[in-house]
Amino acid sequence: MSEQINDQQYVLEIKDLGISFSGLVAAKDVNIKIKKGQIYGLIGPNGAGKTTIFNMLTGVYKPTWGTFYLDGEELVGLSQESICHKGIARTFQNIRLFNNMSVVRNVMVGLHNNPKYKCSIPEAILRLPRQWKVEKEMREHAKELLKIFGLYEERNNLVYNLPYGKQRKLEIARALATSPKLLLLDEPAAGMNPKETADLVDMVKYIRDEFDLTVLLIEHDMKFVSNICDEITVLNFGKVIAQGSREEVLNNPDVIEAYIGKKEDDE
Amino acid sequence: MMEQDTVLQEKYHKSNKDKVKKFFKKHKPKKYINYVAIIICIVIFLISSGGMKRVTCTTLNEIAISILLAVSLGLVIGFLGELSLGHAGFMCIGAYIGGKVALLLQPYISSSFILLVIALIVGGVAAALAGVLIGLPALRLKGDYLAIVTLAFGEIVRSVFRNINFFGGVMGMDTKGIQYDVRKLFIIGFFLILIMLAVIQNIVYSKHGRAITAIRDSEIASKATGINVTRYKIFVFAISAFFAGLAGVIYAFCKNPTADAFSYNKSIEVLVMVVLGGMGNVNGSILSATLITFLNLKLPTWLPPNLAVLKNILYSLILIVIVIYNNAPKLKSFRDKYNFKNLMNKIFKPKDDASIIKNDANKWDRIPTKIEMNEVLSVDVNVEESTTTPDVDKGGR
Repeated sequence: MSEQINDQQYVLEIKDLGISFSGLVAAKDVNIKIKKGQIYGLIGPNGAGKTTIFNMLTGVYKPTWGTFYLDGEELVGLSQESICHKGIARTFQNIRLFNNMSVVRNVMVGLHNNPKYKCSIPEAILRLPRQWKVEKEMREHAKELLKIFGLYEERNNLVYNLPYGKQRKLEIARALATSPKLLLLDEPAAGMNPKETADLVDMVKYIRDEFDLTVLLIEHDMKFVSNICDEITVLNFGKVIAQGSREEVLNNPDVIEAYIGKKEDDE
Repeated sequence: MMEQDTVLQEKYHKSNKDKVKKFFKKHKPKKYINYVAIIICIVIFLISSGGMKRVTCTTLNEIAISILLAVSLGLVIGFLGELSLGHAGFMCIGAYIGGKVALLLQPYISSSFILLVIALIVGGVAAALAGVLIGLPALRLKGDYLAIVTLAFGEIVRSVFRNINFFGGVMGMDTKGIQYDVRKLFIIGFFLILIMLAVIQNIVYSKHGRAITAIRDSEIASKATGINVTRYKIFVFAISAFFAGLAGVIYAFCKNPTADAFSYNKSIEVLVMVVLGGMGNVNGSILSATLITFLNLKLPTWLPPNLAVLKNILYSLILIVIVIYNNAPKLKSFRDKYNFKNLMNKIFKPKDDASIIKNDANKWDRIPTKIEMNEVLSVDVNVEESTTTPDVDKGGR
């Protein structure tokens, strides 16, 4: 029972999570606890199993071992959409936006399940007043979100005309539109120039405070990670090799070895 | 004097144009263009139908059935992005169930119109239920595999009805008793098209339509955004099947439905209409359905009797020519020169206007006018903000 109470202070608690793809173990014994309001980094070399963990947390894969809790509620085994309803939103490593829609519509898709904007299918078919009202409110809400990300001017452009950095931002905006408790960012700074990366640091911190979020992110850009993360977990070959505050982790010899390689014994 | 006149005229034209623009902005035209066109058609038909031959009415009725089928299949292919090859199966269900219900109720209900309405409802709902049934495997399958399942479904439906004696067996169901006068039936058919377009467009431009478009663009992302992909896929299949069922009921009220009429060939024919009209393009589907049905019916009568064998060859050749004209990359310049829009410009615009447009084409000035056009035609124009930058949406289909 005491454990149950302890659980409550963590937004996300991952317990012994692991997955094996017909014998190939992609992740095993992963334990992560994330406190409310933290920005938590998940780093590691290529193929370490970071995205696999994201996919397990969002229900794309079903974990072979272990479980995870969001606010003390076990979410293992739920479908992707219900995990999203429970409050985990994500972005993708290779951007997955709705390319044939305008920017503002992309965000409005994120608002689809907001209980404020309920409108049943018969109502939509008959074009009852609520349909108009809901559409208008959704659009306003989406515009507000776009303003935060500096995408307001682009709201009517088609998504595939946007530069890469802005597409990344739009993906975060769409994830935020689902009003999550926990935001999973998969390499948010990939493909961004140094200025955009610096902006992103401020932005992630801002949305964390503004929307009462907890953020778990995967990133290769060490400067970005050390600027933003409160705590870090390092994965290699599907196993946790270091965990703790950023100073501890980034000076850990195992981590340096995993990234750069072992020091040669030379005179 | 002359100059003044032209200036005044221009001013008048401009103010008029502004008025028209404002009117359209208020009434959001794109949604209504289809309805208006069809209402006009129906009115013309109603007026002149007294003088129309029975053959013409039959042709129009066939066209109405084809449009119902093509647009409803277009919903699955263009809007949801899944390939379905079993559309004739849904039509078959509508025709048999709707027709049978009408036959069974005939002794009790004297009005043939009420009989038709009941048949339409029952047939449509039965087809929609079948759509839900076929939507269930659609959760697990994608692309080619789903196409094969739907193909098999269509064949199963056909052979089931073919082998049940209650529905007339191999000879087909005899619906002589309930058959409706074609001169009135085609008008009902066109009204059903009107209803279908209203329903489809209202769905497309609602939040549900946006969710379905999202599923088409990226299923993984829409799942991660919390959209219930399963539910929407079934929903689209059901709606599409419903209207195919209506087409089937109309068919049963003008001909005896035989199972062989709803074979795999029929499904492919509908698919050809959709592809020819442009996937996801409702207007295009309507046009191509009309054209193909018309060709199919009229080609044999135009040919001399000893060349009637060539009908299928000619029909296929025409299809090939249309597809090449529409899609071949090397014909692009030719297409731009002789397309429908330019033709309309030449016919309906006075020469002076045409020259202005020509001059403008060389300048960058043309870009703002393009944006204005979008603004006028856009569905999502935000009326209040129209003074600043308009809200142009290129989403939807």
